[in-house]
Amino acid sequence: MKKYILILAVFAMACGQQTATTETAAVTEVPAGGQSNVKDDDSQQDVVKIAVNSPDHTTLVAALKAAEYVDALSNAGPFTVFAPTNAAFDKLPAGTLETLTKPENKEQLRTILEYHVYVGVLTETMIQDGMKLNQVSLDNVTLGKKDGKITVNGANVLGSARGSNGIVYIIDTVLLPPDNK
Amino acid sequence: MKNKIISRVLTALVVIASAIVWQSCKPKAPATVSMGDAASKAFVPPGKYDEFYNVVSGGFNGQMSIYGLPSGRLFRIIPVFSQFPENGYGYSEETIPMLNTSHGFVPWDDLHHIALSTTSGQHDGRWAFANANNTPRVARVDMKTFKTVEILELPHSGGNHSSPFITENTEYVVAGTRFSVPVGDKTDVPISSFKENFKGYISFISVDPADGKMKIAFQLKTPGVSFDLARAGKGKSHGWFFFSTYNTEQAYTLLEVNASQKDKDFIMAVNWKKAEEYIKAGKGQTVKAKYAHNEWDESTHTGVSNIMDEVLQLDPAELKDIIYFIPCPKSPHGCDTDPTGEYIVGSGKLAALIPVFSFTKIQQAIANKDFEGEFAGIPVIKYEAALHGEVKKPGLGPLHTEFDEKGNAYTSFFVSSEIVKWNVQSLEVLDRVPTYYSIGHLSVPGGPTAKPHGKYVVAYNKITKDRYLPTGPELTQSAQLYDISGDKMQLVLDFPTTGEPHYAESIPAEMVMPNSQKIYKLEENKHPYAALGEGQAKVERKGKEVHVYMTAIRSHLTPDNIEGVKLGDDVYFHVTNLEQDWDVPHGFAIKGANNAELLVMPGETATLKWKPLTTGIFPFYCTDFCSALHQEMQGYIRVSPAGSNVPLKFSTGKIEDQSSGAGQ
Repeated sequence: MKKYILILAVFAMACGQQTATTETAAVTEVPAGGQSNVKDDDSQQDVVKIAVNSPDHTTLVAALKAAEYVDALSNAGPFTVFAPTNAAFDKLPAGTLETLTKPENKEQLRTILEYHVYVGVLTETMIQDGMKLNQVSLDNVTLGKKDGKITVNGANVLGSARGSNGIVYIIDTVLLPPDNK
Repeated sequence: MKNKIISRVLTALVVIASAIVWQSCKPKAPATVSMGDAASKAFVPPGKYDEFYNVVSGGFNGQMSIYGLPSGRLFRIIPVFSQFPENGYGYSEETIPMLNTSHGFVPWDDLHHIALSTTSGQHDGRWAFANANNTPRVARVDMKTFKTVEILELPHSGGNHSSPFITENTEYVVAGTRFSVPVGDKTDVPISSFKENFKGYISFISVDPADGKMKIAFQLKTPGVSFDLARAGKGKSHGWFFFSTYNTEQAYTLLEVNASQKDKDFIMAVNWKKAEEYIKAGKGQTVKAKYAHNEWDESTHTGVSNIMDEVLQLDPAELKDIIYFIPCPKSPHGCDTDPTGEYIVGSGKLAALIPVFSFTKIQQAIANKDFEGEFAGIPVIKYEAALHGEVKKPGLGPLHTEFDEKGNAYTSFFVSSEIVKWNVQSLEVLDRVPTYYSIGHLSVPGGPTAKPHGKYVVAYNKITKDRYLPTGPELTQSAQLYDISGDKMQLVLDFPTTGEPHYAESIPAEMVMPNSQKIYKLEENKHPYAALGEGQAKVERKGKEVHVYMTAIRSHLTPDNIEGVKLGDDVYFHVTNLEQDWDVPHGFAIKGANNAELLVMPGETATLKWKPLTTGIFPFYCTDFCSALHQEMQGYIRVSPAGSNVPLKFSTGKIEDQSSGAGQ
C-alpha cells in the first residue's frame, strides 16, 4: 500500500509544478515532454485522452505510459487504435502483464501496443471483411465484418469512438503479434 | 501467489492510470529539463553575423525565406510563385510575366523544397531552386540579388512535388509529378481508367553552367504512380537519380486507405547518363506540349514570358535500362543519398523501419538481373539484393534523412515527433531527441551535399500548439535548432517561421555574403521606360495610355504634379529609383490602386498600372521610409472627365499659384 501512496505522491508533485522557466546564470529550465502535455480543454479529445477518460481502459493507459507511448499517440496521427478493455487484459495468461511491464521488457510491450495501432483512420464504413492492416509493429491484423459485426484477429469490436487524431475501436481481447503467439 | 502479484501489478497500474486521469485534469504541469548552455550557442551578439544563410521554403505562402543560423532571425521573404503586394512582385508590369503559365496568370503556389546549386557535389552559392507543387513549375532565385529570375512550367505533370532536386554539378534539376494524369490528346477520360490512361512524368531540366538558364532537356514517361521526393547520386553514384514513389496501388480515390495497401512501394533508380546516350542516339521523341518559360532580364528589370510548344521524351518501358524499381516499405517519402553516394536511405512514412540501399549492390543486382519481376514494364530489383541493411524500429513515421560529415544520418519521424541519429555504416541508433511537434523535413547545413557542413540540424515542424504565445486558431510554424557537434544532439533554439516550411537548406555565410548585390547601376538600366535622371522625367500620352516616366530620389518624386489624365485612361507609373546607395529603396503607392504598391531598388525601374475610376485629385507617395523628409515625398495626379480639355502637363517644384505654398 505504501508503494501506491508513493506513486500518487510523485504524480501529485508533477501536477503541482508550474511550467515556469527558472533562469540562473547559465542554466535555463524549460518544459519537458511532448504533445500529451499540451493544455487544451476546448479541442476534441485525441485517441489517448479518449482512453484516459474511459474507466474500462485503465490498464491499457497504464501500459501506454509504461511503454512511453502516450506522446506518440497524442501527435497528429492519423491513427486507428484497437483498445483492449481492462477485462481483455485480465484474460491474458497469468504473469504476462507483470512480465511485460518490467522496464527491461519495454520494447516487447511496445511491440504489442504497436500491434494495436494502424497509421490511418479506418472508419467502420471503410472496413471490409477479410481486410488486412499492416500495423505499426510491422505485422498484419485481419479485420472481419459479418452482419455489421466487426472483428480484428477474431477479437470482437465492442464499440468505437472518434478522436481528433484518429478512431478508437474497443476490443475484448488483447492482440498478440505473431512472434508472441 | 502469481495471481496475487498480477492483481497487485494491475492494481498498481490502475492507480497509475487514475493518477494520469487525475493529472490530466488541470493544471497540467510538465516536468522541466535543463537547457544547459544552449542559449549561448544560439546567441549572435548584436552587430555580428550569423554563421549560415538558411534558405527556407514557405509552403503555402509560395515564397522562400532567408533566416540566419544559429540565431533563427528572419532576414528576408523572397516572393517566388506568389504575388507579394509588399513590393509589387506579381503586380508590377515587369513581374506579371513571371507568373504566367499555360493556364494564364497564376498568382499563387505551394513552394515545398529548396535546392542550392552545387559544383562537384558541394555548395557553390550561385542559385536556389524551388518547386511549385500546385501548378507545376520550377523557379530559380539568384543568390546575388535574392530575386526570382526564372520560372519554368512543367508540361505533363499533375503537381510538381518531387522537385527541385539537383545533380552533383547542377547539370539537371528534376521535377517528378505527385499526381499522375492523362496527357496528350486523350485527356477527357473516366477517372476510373487510371491504370490505362494515367502516366507519371519526370522532367530533367538542364541548367546552363554559365548563367543558370533552365530548359527541359527531356522527360521520362513513367508508370502512373506518385513521385514524392528524390536525390541525385553523387561520387560513385553520379549519373543516377533516386526517386521515392507511393500509390503504386494506382488508387484514384481515398488514397488514405487505398494507397497504403501494399507493404512496399518503390524507390525508382534512374540512370540519367543512359538517358543522355539514348537522346544522342536519336531515341527521343518530340511531343507537343504547352508550357511557359519566364525569364527575368536584369538589364531591363523586366520579366519576359514565352510559351513553349514541344518537349523531348523517352519511354523507359521500351528503353529498358534507364529505370529500375527497388521495393521500399510503406509509402516512402524521403529518398536520400549519403555524402559518399553509396547509400540510399528510404523513409517509409507509414513504416517503423528505415531501409538503407547500397549503390554497389544495386549495380550488381542489375548486372545479375536479380529481379523479382516487372511493374508496368519496368524491372523490379529484389529488395534483399539492393539492401545494405535496415534500421529496425528507429521510431514512427520516418520522413526524411540528412547527413553530417562524420558518417551519421539524422532522420525525422513525424508520427513519433523526434529526430533520430544513427550511423550509416553500422545502422546503429546513436541518439534521439523530441521535436515540438510532429516534424516534417529536417535540414543539416550541407546535409544533402557531398561535403556536409554539419554543426546543426533544424527541425521543421508541422504542429505548433503551445510552443509560443497563442494567436487564435492560426499559429505560426515552429522550428527547432539542435547542436549536433557533440555525440548527443542538444536543443538550442526554438524559433517561429513564416508560411509552412517544408524543406530548407543552409549554406555558410561566407559563400554567399561577398557576392550580395548592393545596388543596380543606373548606367546599366536598359528599361525602355526608365528616366535615368530628373531631366528625363516626363508624361506621354499614347491614345488611352498615359505613361509617367517618374524618378525617385531623397526626398521627392518627379513629376509630382500631373494633370490631363482622363477617365478611361490607363496610367502607367514607371518609377526609376535614382539612388545609388545601398539600402535606399523608394516605394510608390497611389490612392485607390487595385493592385499593390511598388518597392523600387536603387537603380531599378518598376511600373505600376493604375486605372482611375472617378474624377478628382489622387495623392501618391513614397512608402519606404527613406529620409527625414520621407513624409514630404509625395505628389498629386488630377483626373478629369473623359471629354475634358485639361491639357496634359506635369511638373515638380513649379509654383503656379503665388498665393499658396512655398511661393508666398
